[in-house]
Amino acid sequence: MANDVWVYIEHKDGGIAPLSFELLGIGKAMANDLGSNVCAFAIGENVDNIAKEAFFYGASKVFAVEGEVFKGFRSEAYAKVVTFLLDKYKPEAALFRATTQGTDVAAASAAQLGMGLCTDSIDLKVEGGQVKMTRAAFGGNYSVTVVNEKAKPQIVTVRPKAFAMPEKDDSKSGEVVKEAFSVEESDLNTKILEFNKSEVAINLVEADIIVSGGRGLGNEDGFKIIKELAAMIGGAVGASRAAVDSGWISQEQQVGQTGKTVKPKIYIACGISGAIQHLAGMRTADCIVAINKDPEAPIFKNATYGIVGDYKQVVPKLIEKFKVKLNK
Amino acid sequence: MKIVVCIKQVPDTEAEIKWDIPKGTLKRDSIDTIPNPFDEFAFEEALLTRENYDGDIVAISMGPEKANDVLRNALALTANEVYRLTDDAFAGSDTFGTASVLAAGIKKIGDVDLIFCGKQSTDGSTGVVGAEIASILGYSPLTYVSKIRQIDAANKKIVVERVIEGGTEVVEAKLPAVVSVIKGINEPRLPNLMGIRKAAKIEIPQWNADDLGIDKGKVGTAGSSTKVVEITVPPPRGAGEILKGEIEDVANIVTDKLIDMKVIK
Ligand SMILES: Cc1cc2nc3c(=O)[nH]c(=O)nc-3n(C[C@H](O)[C@H](O)[C@H](O)COP(=O)(O)OP(=O)(O)OC[C@H]3O[C@@H](n4cnc5c(N)ncnc54)[C@H](O)[C@@H]3O)c2cc1C
Ligand SMILES: Cc1cc2nc3c(=O)[nH]c(=O)nc-3n(C[C@H](O)[C@H](O)[C@H](O)COP(=O)(O)OP(=O)(O)OC[C@H]3O[C@@H](n4cnc5c(N)ncnc54)[C@H](O)[C@@H]3O)c2cc1C
Repeated sequence: MANDVWVYIEHKDGGIAPLSFELLGIGKAMANDLGSNVCAFAIGENVDNIAKEAFFYGASKVFAVEGEVFKGFRSEAYAKVVTFLLDKYKPEAALFRATTQGTDVAAASAAQLGMGLCTDSIDLKVEGGQVKMTRAAFGGNYSVTVVNEKAKPQIVTVRPKAFAMPEKDDSKSGEVVKEAFSVEESDLNTKILEFNKSEVAINLVEADIIVSGGRGLGNEDGFKIIKELAAMIGGAVGASRAAVDSGWISQEQQVGQTGKTVKPKIYIACGISGAIQHLAGMRTADCIVAINKDPEAPIFKNATYGIVGDYKQVVPKLIEKFKVKLNK
Repeated sequence: MKIVVCIKQVPDTEAEIKWDIPKGTLKRDSIDTIPNPFDEFAFEEALLTRENYDGDIVAISMGPEKANDVLRNALALTANEVYRLTDDAFAGSDTFGTASVLAAGIKKIGDVDLIFCGKQSTDGSTGVVGAEIASILGYSPLTYVSKIRQIDAANKKIVVERVIEGGTEVVEAKLPAVVSVIKGINEPRLPNLMGIRKAAKIEIPQWNADDLGIDKGKVGTAGSSTKVVEITVPPPRGAGEILKGEIEDVANIVTDKLIDMKVIK
């Protein structure tokens, strides 16, 4: 038990995001190497549904803390609970998704426990009982392996989609350990007043398909056709910094070193040169299609398929073909 | 109001990175450095806050001699005070070590209402130091902030917007708060020539471990639990196929290949 691997299950107001359980797969693989079990832990007003699903995705036990004060994620409140649980059970490792929620709660808890943490891991291994985590550094130019040997648990945040979602098995169930731990509202410094859903339909970080535009689009109107292609194939819309800085599209959609790091299965880059800072955010996509009129554009060195041409001709052609082939 | 800004010096994005391989750290003294790009947004937000609500700005940086450059830049941009937190014992600090030193600096400054950080650095880029400082000091953690809506200095309250997955959250928090800002929150201004000239002459004060009351065993290489053990250059992705020919044919090939991946529904 003491060398179990724990996985933090994130959710928003009880609503389960599709990828909440993704770390149970890698957690299980690590636990196998450590000769231990993978456990899930969740905090909320009521986490019965989350616990039930966590077993479907492979958790052998679920630790939960419930209470009205935990309705809606607040990092200060949740971090107090995470600190309590991790300090009490001292598992070998605790995994969080490297989302805003996962990062905030992991960081605050690590600080409370007085230790460093490993962030944004893209690979996790157990070697000789030691957890090794790999992450990208300097815009992906380097890859560094970090250990956290003096810490127990070893707190790690993992880049969304770095590991495959585990198989779901609806027949599984297990023991839910409910811990009593309360936080007084008066001890909290923050209060959420409202949440405004963004118009960006699909969250870039979780998207399997992204169509991105750069300065090569020439103007704001260029994004119309990018959005059309994205809609056709169920993708999200991304952008280079040059396109964002030109005011053609919102900052939220910037991909790259100072934007979002994405790992879609398909990334279609239109009128993007492939600057190192842009590549930093998307070079781990499974398949990259680059459309650029300059055959020397660096993006082609990283593309799975390169199309040399004017996006104004190429993109409508792709839309036309998809429309026919996908019966849309 | 008393406002602190944490500014890190990072290697120029164009610079060649030099590693101290056995230690798993950077040879910071021999790399061209710039202020961390996100910290320029943090500093600008401090300037805007001072303009709107009055107060003093204190900029701090933990780092070797070279970190004086980013502090001098802050002075040129009219920071009221700057301090460099430096000690041989700080070298090799991980995120917790760094956050502990910065938190000690903030405590020593005293009576601080607001602390601005960047969302992340472009070198270590863990993106957690702001949240850790808040956790250590017990201040309100306000991360991923895209806008400060309002500050009520008398009642020690702040309302901000945070960009998180799926949308924007509006949060009210008690001061003191640690606000880490995202890109695009503002347009950082550049220092003017007079500012630069004035700043060039100012001696940058330093605080070491003793000044800050820091236990040397708890920071730096000695106190850090994390350690970089391996640094590799990932194999290049490898250029794929450049599809040549008529657009009609190329579009046919690409759409077939993408549909074959069975991702598009
Ligand atoms: C500290 C720092 C952080 C940065 N962070 C980021 C980041 O997070 N994300 C990011 O993207 N950038 C970032 N940048 C900026 C980056 O260096 C590049 O400037 C930027 O990515 C360029 O955007 P682009 O490719 O759209 O524009 P350009 O480099 O101008 O490329 C435009 C491309 O479009 C092609 N083109 C033109 N017309 C057409 C047409 N009709 N059809 C097809 N192709 C056409 C051109 O051949 C060219 O290759 C950062 C820079 C710095 C210094
Ligand atoms: C390649 C590489 C990998 C690393 N991996 C890890 C790891 O996995 N775990 C770990 O604990 N440490 C790691 N470190 C060490 C970590 O980068 C340092 O502890 C660093 O001092 C602080 O973290 P950061 O640069 O990631 O800051 P971030 O958390 O990304 O920075 C956020 C903000 O904090 C403020 N800030 C950060 N550092 C300073 C400073 N020195 N002075 C003033 N303000 C500052 C700035 O406002 C900045 O915008 C790594 C370092 C390198 C070079």
